[in-house]
Amino acid sequence: MAAKKQLVINTKWCKGCGVCAAFCPRGVLALKGEKIQAVQPESCIRCGLCELRCPDYAIYLVEEEDA
Amino acid sequence: MASKLIDKYFREAHLPHIWCPGCGHGVLMRDVAQAVENLGLDKDKVVLVSGIGCSSRAAGYMDFNTMHTTHGRALAFATGIKMAHPELEVIVIMGDGDASAIGGNHLIHAARRNIGITAIVFNNDIYGMTGGQYSPTTPYGEKGTTAPYGNIDRPFDIPKVAEAAGATYTARGTAYDARLTTKLIEEGIRHKGFSIIECASICPTYYGRKNKKGSAVDMYTWQKENSIPAAKAKDMTPEELEGKLVVGELSRSEFPELTEQYQKIIDKFQK
Repeated sequence: MAAKKQLVINTKWCKGCGVCAAFCPRGVLALKGEKIQAVQPESCIRCGLCELRCPDYAIYLVEEEDA
Repeated sequence: MASKLIDKYFREAHLPHIWCPGCGHGVLMRDVAQAVENLGLDKDKVVLVSGIGCSSRAAGYMDFNTMHTTHGRALAFATGIKMAHPELEVIVIMGDGDASAIGGNHLIHAARRNIGITAIVFNNDIYGMTGGQYSPTTPYGEKGTTAPYGNIDRPFDIPKVAEAAGATYTARGTAYDARLTTKLIEEGIRHKGFSIIECASICPTYYGRKNKKGSAVDMYTWQKENSIPAAKAKDMTPEELEGKLVVGELSRSEFPELTEQYQKIIDKFQK
C-alpha cells in the first residue's frame, strides 16, 4: 500500500499571498494573520494543487515515513 | 525544510526568494525544476543562464551550473557556452524586457541560428525590479510608471517574433497552469534546435496595482479564465482572441541545429 501523504506548511517561507487557499478544492486552507494554516485538515484530499501553486514552496506533501 | 523537488534543485540557503507575495515567477521557477526532474537530466550537465531583472534571480536560487549575466545578454553568454560545450543542456531564463527589448537582437539571432538552447521567458508585462515601467509586452492601453496615461505602443507577441526569426519550437504557458507549463518546458528542452517558451507570469505589485487587476489570486484567476488552447484558437478570429492568452505548443519546424552543423565543419578539416 502506498504511504499516506502528509501536508506540511513552512511558515518561515510563507508570504501570505493566499493563492493556495483560493485554489484549494476542499477549503482546507485559510490565512491566519499573514500566514497560511490548515484550518480543515480532515478535508484534505492530498491533491497537491497547493504545492503546485505556492510561489514560495511553503506548502507541500510528503510521504508519511519521510515526515 | 522543503519538498524533495526543492531540496534537489534549489540552493535553500538563499530561500525564501525576494519575489513579492503571489509573484508568478516562483511558480514558474518550480516548473523549470519539475521539467528537468521529469526528463531525468543530470543536473551537473544543465546550465542555467539569466540576464537582469526579477526573472534573473532564478540563476541564484537554482542549483545547476548557473550564470547571472548582463541585461539582455543572457542568450549571448548562453551561445558561447553551447558552442564550447554542445553536450550541455543550456537553459536561459529571461524577463520580457530582457528578452524582447534590451536583448531583442540576441533573441532574433539565436532563433535565426537555431542554436540548441531552451529560452524561457518569465513575462510579467512590466519592468518589475525597477519600479513598473512599461515593457515591449505591456498590452496596448495599459498603464506603467512611464505610461501614466496608458501605453500607446502595440505589444510584441514573443513566440511569434521568435518563430518569424527562425525558432523551431515555440510555446506559451502560464503561471496558473503549472502542469501545462512544465510539459511545454520539457518539450522545449527535448527539442533539438532553438526553443522558446513564453510563460505568462503575474506581477501583482506593479502591473497589478497600476492596472487595478486586484490581488494575486484575481490575476491567476484571470489567467485561468482567459487561456485558450492553441488547437481551439486556430478556429477563432483575431477579434475573438483579443486580450486572450493562446497557450500550448504554438509552432514546430525543422532546421539543422547550429552546433551540429559547426561540428561537421570541424570534422571536415580533421580528416
